[in-house]
Amino acid sequence: MSDNQCLVEIKDLSFSRGGRKIFDGLNLKISKGKLTAVMGPSGTGKTTLLMLIGGELYPDSGQILFDGVDVHKQSRKELYQLRKRMGLMFQTGALFTDMNVFDNVAFPLREHTDLSEEMIRDLVLIKLEAVGLRGAINLNIGELSGGMARRVSLARSVALDPELMMYDEPFTGQDPITMGVIVKLIKQLNDSLKLTSVLVSHDVSETASIADYIYLLSQGKVIGEGAPDALFKDDTPEIKQFIHGLPDGAVPFHFPSPTLQEDLLSD
Amino acid sequence: MSNQRLVELAVGLFILAAFGALLVLAFEVSGLNRLSGGDTYNVSATFNNIGGLRVRAPVKVGGVEIGSVESIRLNQDNYEATVTLALEGDKPHLPKDSSASILTEGLLGSKYISIQPGFDTEMLANNDTIDETHSAMILENLVGQFLYKTSGKGKDNK
Amino acid sequence: MINQIASLGRTGIETCRQIGVSGIFLFRTLVRMPQIRKTLPLLIQQMYAVGILSLLIIGVSGLFVGMVLALQGDHILSQFGSEDQLGQLVALSVTRELGPVLAALLFAGRAGTSLTAEIGLMRATDQLNSMEMMAVDPLLRVIRPRLVAGIIALPLLVLIFNVIAIYGSALIGVNWLGISSGSFWGNMQASVDFRTDVVNGIVKSIVFGVAVTWIAVYQGFYSKPNAAGIGRATTNTVIYGSLLVLALDFVLTAMMLGEW
Repeated sequence: MSDNQCLVEIKDLSFSRGGRKIFDGLNLKISKGKLTAVMGPSGTGKTTLLMLIGGELYPDSGQILFDGVDVHKQSRKELYQLRKRMGLMFQTGALFTDMNVFDNVAFPLREHTDLSEEMIRDLVLIKLEAVGLRGAINLNIGELSGGMARRVSLARSVALDPELMMYDEPFTGQDPITMGVIVKLIKQLNDSLKLTSVLVSHDVSETASIADYIYLLSQGKVIGEGAPDALFKDDTPEIKQFIHGLPDGAVPFHFPSPTLQEDLLSD
Repeated sequence: MSNQRLVELAVGLFILAAFGALLVLAFEVSGLNRLSGGDTYNVSATFNNIGGLRVRAPVKVGGVEIGSVESIRLNQDNYEATVTLALEGDKPHLPKDSSASILTEGLLGSKYISIQPGFDTEMLANNDTIDETHSAMILENLVGQFLYKTSGKGKDNK
Repeated sequence: MINQIASLGRTGIETCRQIGVSGIFLFRTLVRMPQIRKTLPLLIQQMYAVGILSLLIIGVSGLFVGMVLALQGDHILSQFGSEDQLGQLVALSVTRELGPVLAALLFAGRAGTSLTAEIGLMRATDQLNSMEMMAVDPLLRVIRPRLVAGIIALPLLVLIFNVIAIYGSALIGVNWLGISSGSFWGNMQASVDFRTDVVNGIVKSIVFGVAVTWIAVYQGFYSKPNAAGIGRATTNTVIYGSLLVLALDFVLTAMMLGEW
């Protein structure tokens, strides 16, 4: 069905919410072992895409294949089995506020394995060491800064050694140092753990620095794809506008509306 | 981990407190010990009319409660009411020829059964029957009789 | 006019749908077999949050309710010269009605709202979503312990409320108003029946526990993931919870006073 190089394949996906079409015939392929970035202006449904891959939302039409299996045709049990092979790092970290750092990272291990407490402790320490927060093991979630929360969240997501790691806007609202740390971590994890990664972001330079392949979304469709270098040289107006951050152009500055004159004169 | 133990301890105390409360409600408030404590033996009595007697109504001897009404049913053959009394085993047993009557607490209160002890040397035992019974006084009947009698007298006088 | 009727119809259909959703929600939460080893610690944690943290308000309210009942009851009963019946009056009204109903209303305000807000916040901060993505069902991991804890905790709280209220009234009636202790407790014991009064009160409180906690967790789970949404869900918990408790109380009382 799908060639071996693809872990996730999205075919002709359509999805709408509240009467607004978010995806309209979207086609995407995520190659094994590569770091694929999905970029696009805010509001193009990048987060929604990750939710669709995770099977939390259901598309209107089209399918999403994870390792050749249609995510949305699975029973609840089978879907949960699939999800154990995926990790998703949420934009806010989504750490459990009623637990401390250790319990957060241990959570998936305790839920899905029957390992002893010592084993879990060792594994948690290893995961936290990988994100450089072994010292924060006993902190409460409220005591973490935004960047630290994301790193803990990252450690929690990879606790079960997933095949696919998805990052939802990992760079937004971070200071340059934290951003650098996270960029480095994502790259490191992808290479050392042989993960397949999907990175959703609109921070062009950080994403371009680590991604192997970039899809550019707008208006529910893929408007450009390719390796980062190729995209930088691309002359298509939409791509150029996004990559170089121009305020107005092919993607209009204004939300679709009647002209200002019409609005002002109408009663 | 010690925090978790503290929580567990607190929850345990909470549940124990609630069970303690249940015991208080059972024995202090609803006096359950009086009714269910100890053995009881059943004695039945048949009445023409039980009036407003209800199940669980008290059974008294000389004003002292010695049991309660266990069940009330109507006999198929003679249409009389058979009342089963549960008497407490640890109270003094009654002679076989005792008589039972249905009385009212106060003028308008609820009905109870009063037992007048007899003189037999043999005592009532489980599943025995009290033969001599006095039915409930029905206030309407009494008033009716009274009116009938007085009006009858009036006619005679005329 | 037509539009108003249409919107009324839409509201009706939407309400019906909500009830359906909440029913499915309850079914999916409770129907699957629990793993005792993993569920028990969570249950205990929630028993603490829902039960013990409500203990103070329940206890203090019970004390005052009992003391006020004693004052009011004595005031009225003394007009008939039957202050001796105070124990009966207090015990019957507390075990049958005031205990279950007041405790359930306080429980909706104290534990129900905090459940709704907590779950709503977990929804808003993606904690429930991330649990889903980690292949852990939040209905089982988050909702079920809270629901079960609420259903267990309320009857326990009601028992404690009842006892404190009755002792509160004894404190006022016997120690302050000078009713003889013997007639206070004696009349109470003669008139309160364990099954029809105390046990029926517990049955009521179990039903109220299900109703209030169900509404609380449902409102939290399906709240809009923002500040206004959580605020509205919390308010709804108190409003719907209280109304449902009072309505159910009517139905249950009718059943219990009838030949049930």
